[in-house]
Amino acid sequence: MRSPRRLILFLTASLIIPALAAIAAPPAPAAAQAECAVDGFTDSPIEIMAPAAPGGGWDTTAREMQRVLQEEGIAPTVEVYNVEGAGGTVGIAQLVNDEAGNDHQLMMMGLVMIGAIATNASPVTLEQTTPISSLTAEFEVIVVPAASEYQTLDDLIAAFQADPTAISWGGGSAGGTDHILVGLIAQAAGVDPTQINYVPFSGGGEALAAILGGQVSAGVSGVGEWLDQIASGELRALAVSGVAETGDATPEASADGAAAPIAPTLQEQGIDVELANWRGLVAPPDISDEGRQCLIALVETLVASDAWIETRATYGWQDFARFGDDYGTFLGEERDRVTGILTELGLVA
Amino acid sequence: MQAFADLARGFEVALTPENLGWALIGVLLGTAVGVLPGIGPALTVALLLPVTYKLAPISAFIMFAGIYYGGMYGGSTTSILLNTPGESASIVTAIEGNQMARRGRGAAALATAAIGSFVAGTVGTIGLTFLAPFMVQIGLKFGPAEYFALVVLAFTTITALLGSSLARGLLSLFLGLALGLVGIDTLSGQSRFTFGIPQLLDGIDVVTVAVGLFAVGETFWVASRMRHDPDQIIPVKGTVWMTRQEWARSWKPWLRGTAIGFPIGSLPAGGAEIPTFLSYALEKRLSKHPEEFGKGAIEGVAGPEAANNASAAGVLAPLLTLGLPTSATAAILLAAFQRYGLNPGPTLFQQDPELVWGLIASLYIGNVMLLVLNLPLAGVWVRLLAIPRPLLYAAILVFAGLGTYGMSGSAVDLVVLYALGALGFAMRRFDIPVAPAVVGVILGPVAEDHFRRALQIAQGNYATFVTRPISAAILVLAALALIAPVAIRWWQSRRTLTPVPPSPVEP
Repeated sequence: MRSPRRLILFLTASLIIPALAAIAAPPAPAAAQAECAVDGFTDSPIEIMAPAAPGGGWDTTAREMQRVLQEEGIAPTVEVYNVEGAGGTVGIAQLVNDEAGNDHQLMMMGLVMIGAIATNASPVTLEQTTPISSLTAEFEVIVVPAASEYQTLDDLIAAFQADPTAISWGGGSAGGTDHILVGLIAQAAGVDPTQINYVPFSGGGEALAAILGGQVSAGVSGVGEWLDQIASGELRALAVSGVAETGDATPEASADGAAAPIAPTLQEQGIDVELANWRGLVAPPDISDEGRQCLIALVETLVASDAWIETRATYGWQDFARFGDDYGTFLGEERDRVTGILTELGLVA
Repeated sequence: MQAFADLARGFEVALTPENLGWALIGVLLGTAVGVLPGIGPALTVALLLPVTYKLAPISAFIMFAGIYYGGMYGGSTTSILLNTPGESASIVTAIEGNQMARRGRGAAALATAAIGSFVAGTVGTIGLTFLAPFMVQIGLKFGPAEYFALVVLAFTTITALLGSSLARGLLSLFLGLALGLVGIDTLSGQSRFTFGIPQLLDGIDVVTVAVGLFAVGETFWVASRMRHDPDQIIPVKGTVWMTRQEWARSWKPWLRGTAIGFPIGSLPAGGAEIPTFLSYALEKRLSKHPEEFGKGAIEGVAGPEAANNASAAGVLAPLLTLGLPTSATAAILLAAFQRYGLNPGPTLFQQDPELVWGLIASLYIGNVMLLVLNLPLAGVWVRLLAIPRPLLYAAILVFAGLGTYGMSGSAVDLVVLYALGALGFAMRRFDIPVAPAVVGVILGPVAEDHFRRALQIAQGNYATFVTRPISAAILVLAALALIAPVAIRWWQSRRTLTPVPPSPVEP
């Protein structure tokens, strides 16, 4: 099924790789993890499916993971391929239906996939997969244009409570992370979620343009997206969606790469909401327990490596590693929470 | 002027042998992926990103810019010769360009596309150099209501494409609008006309529609006529290069296309498709040979090709000044900036002027390279048409299938492609023009999204379209574009006092 596509990718890449070979650094060997009981597990190639188009968040994470695994010698051969469509539900269907029992197969996924499974009424769900690990998280930020009358989150929430429909929220696709956050804020602020005036923009910079141009009252996005506009003062950050205790928007309170907070959290400002756009990995159904342990060990080695920590810092991804059963429990909690709010928003029947 | 000094510094950076080498690799790769349907510049840059990690940022961006501009040049080649547009911005080019190729003027069509792209790319880059901050400030005044008005203006293009029968043209348009509805509705997140097939949830790609209706439909039609019509190889008539008359008919459309493409491209949600439609409609209006439109009018290639390249330059204005990606490729370029720890936006010009101005200088260089590369190639490419028809059309089918599959890796898309091919065949059989359907697929969803977004922001108040001055002005322009030709004809016919049979369609 996938080989012609790979051929095209290979041909495209092969045009350029020779030119780059001279500058490529030799891979540095890394210490192997002991937990994997299968000898030579990484001798066969590990495949990672990115269930979205090249260039998006899942694809970028998968390809960076591939690079670090190979360069650090954690796994010598890692292949990434894309199965696009419908918030990842095309990819998960393929993982469950075609790859069952294959313990050298991983799929990148995250919060967005939980939402897409619910809104698209996908017949295949995450319960059918084997949870391996979560990897990274990015928190959300709420902004208003510099010229906005809303100076603080309190101002915005007060206006929102007074007349919900008068506040238009610009963000990503309907039912995505941004929309979910607005729904959770409405719930916490005692506003009927069906009254929300949420204006979805299709990717790219359309939402940013609408906020900068004052077309919508407020904007919601991942914290990394608009850092420059916030730094230059064109956008005012009112709140981030991290947890209150640490204040550095890091649930696991990892010391590395945590920049100074760009705004107080929602919880610190009396809105009891935290939400992370996290990404993680699942494996196909029916894989052996040894295979599962080896995959978990593989990701443990990855997230502990300096190269991965450096990569996370480059992209501003927070550490968000939970493994195996812990991760499975977390998936269940997130599913209940996300499905609940999407139902209230009227997106899930 | 400060910009000149900055630009001179940029040329210093871009003209090093190493960076010139990367620019050359970029334009070659870009031309190659532009020619192959289904692999666009966005995908190529995305796939190259991890590979270029070890490069200096400026070298990587010079190469990416070459891919970006190269893709725009290469996209026209298959449109013109094989009626198989590689990306949505060159769909309009296929309409007149392929007709020119059939009349033996394929090389001239390729040449006017290449020179038009060069003129527009260069003028657009000059615009980017000096006008970027100004254009962007205007762009931010555009909200959903203004974009909707702009799409309404683009819809007036339909009148130039309808063909001889109003009913058939509108049938085709509505078919396209219906196809555009398939998939998840952006505003409500609900699926429409997907019949439980998950692969349809993201909608049907416009390139698949264009390739299915144009190329696959055409192939079926040719196959069905094979026994009836003798096989004839399309001769290259006259000189391979553009004649004096073709030059005379091309230069104004190049400039007009540029004037339309650059400002719309620099709008945050302007895109490359709307300017190509507007340019096509304008050229048909202004042409001294409107009867040639639909049969291979060179203005219909020169204008839209200039428009799409100028818009490609325009797209970089909001990206570099605001960090605002307005196309798929721009979004990937933004990701690339972030990959290198750079934040394009208001502070990039101060933070890293060498990179920004080096990039802009490399655009000038890339344009020259692409012209030098593409003009001689036009004579080579055009020999493709000398291939006997059964072989040529078999190759087109392979090409169309490979491109469609390459875009998503989904077999469902191939089924959709051939279903659309069958539809295209039926439309040819019953003499229904296919171009309006493609316009419907492109503009329909855009119009709907902006219309509903505008209403949602205005809390359901329809007056928002006429009370906002820019929106109202564009709508008036659209009304004039529809009414003026009819009114002028009516007035002329009154003056000459000759009875004119009532005609439902304008020229």
